[in-house]
Amino acid sequence: MLSRLRDAFEDFGRMILFAGETVAWAFRPPFRPDQVLAQMAFIGAGSAFIVGVTGTFAGMVFGLQMNYALRQFAAEGYTGGSTAFALARELSPVFTALMVTGRAGSAITTELGTMRVTEQIDAMETMAVSPIQYLVVPRVLASVLMFPVLTMLFNALGYGGAYVMGVFVSGIPEGPFIQHTREFLGPDDIFHGLGKAVLFGYIVAVITTWRGYAASGGARGVGEGTTRAVVASSVAILVADYAGTVLSVGT
Amino acid sequence: MIEVRDLWKSFGTNQVLKGITLDVPKGNTYVVLGGSGSGKTVLMKHVIGLLKPDRGTVRVGEHEISTLTGRELNEARRMFGMVFQGAALFDSMNVFDNVAFPLREKRRGTRLAAAEVRKRVIDKLAVVDLGEEVLGRWPAELSGGMRKRVALARALVSDPQVVLYDEPTTGLDPITTNYVDEMIVHAKERLGITSMVISHDIASAFRVADRLAVLYDGHLAAEGTPAEVRQSKDPFVQRFLSTWFEKQ
Repeated sequence: MLSRLRDAFEDFGRMILFAGETVAWAFRPPFRPDQVLAQMAFIGAGSAFIVGVTGTFAGMVFGLQMNYALRQFAAEGYTGGSTAFALARELSPVFTALMVTGRAGSAITTELGTMRVTEQIDAMETMAVSPIQYLVVPRVLASVLMFPVLTMLFNALGYGGAYVMGVFVSGIPEGPFIQHTREFLGPDDIFHGLGKAVLFGYIVAVITTWRGYAASGGARGVGEGTTRAVVASSVAILVADYAGTVLSVGT
Repeated sequence: MIEVRDLWKSFGTNQVLKGITLDVPKGNTYVVLGGSGSGKTVLMKHVIGLLKPDRGTVRVGEHEISTLTGRELNEARRMFGMVFQGAALFDSMNVFDNVAFPLREKRRGTRLAAAEVRKRVIDKLAVVDLGEEVLGRWPAELSGGMRKRVALARALVSDPQVVLYDEPTTGLDPITTNYVDEMIVHAKERLGITSMVISHDIASAFRVADRLAVLYDGHLAAEGTPAEVRQSKDPFVQRFLSTWFEKQ
């Protein structure tokens, strides 16, 4: 039991050092724009559909629920504002991060883990190429850049979903729906969510690349690494969300 | 060319290397024979700086590999090529990009034009008897022997001074094994390369080696020319070699 705890701490410590090394390598030439663009396409464009679908349905259901709750106070006009507020600050960054972890994060761990156990990462090192710079930095940069973009997509489609359900299905007048959104939602709410998205992008990329980079024990080890990467990323997103909220708005 | 002095390495409580000392002269092929788990791969990973020793030193040419880190270690690695047991071809790249990889990753200012890269890739593939028709193929589409040959071409493409071979003949049929042995000899004779081969394939080892060592339980049980090792009185060496020589 104690040794397992010690191993867990040791692993966490090594991951923190790895995260630091990633930042250091990001500023050293040669820079690899092609690799970054390829990862942006995979993590960003590749996840757009699933994030869009999730965003639309999350917005639709949130619009329905808010309408149901607020109608009891004859305040259903606030549905648009409250939905937009919740999406911008919480739902969009968190849901987006969870969806991208499931789709792209797991693939990152599997790919790097397979490269590790088939000695492709060792081979790269023997050719005087840093695997952290070649493989890890582009994925971390792409995540940090694309998580906010995907979060904005979630925001837009989520609000669109809430608008359709609120205005066309539940019959809330369009005027108050839009007006209260303007009152409730300021640029700082959007930036609050985008800041979280950047943080989540970094966390997810570091955890998923680390679990692949440190994989051992053949196919089984890669499978275990992928499971651990997805679980750890999901928990870390929720913990970081809480910490980020407390730090920025207090309790 | 390669000097290993009193090399010790353990993983947790498992003492893998127990004071290895060996010399590989320039232009020679040196084979380290040993059974599974004898520490052969660990020894080779120290030579190229993938592992750091607990005690002892590894020197290759001018470089004290065992103490180098970061950029200096990367500089030193430019003198190496390495062929991995499973070939370790990048499976996200086709054959051309795999072999071109070390050339494209050269230091700034020494990088080659695309036409020169292509010429060198084709030349090195020709050395291992592969034609231009394989350039666009993916590692998953190649047979085991072809993968080994592409890996050898990749190891040779940046004209290294030292090539390390990790179990080059494991999992190959006898004809391909012969072929890979010829490649190793060929690389030494035509390109003047210093080679270190780790293997448990006795027949192959005796075919390619200028010098041989038998690794057992973390130390060298025998070391010398193939003829000297064949005459070793060490009981493990006699037992190990007899598994093959008695069949002949």
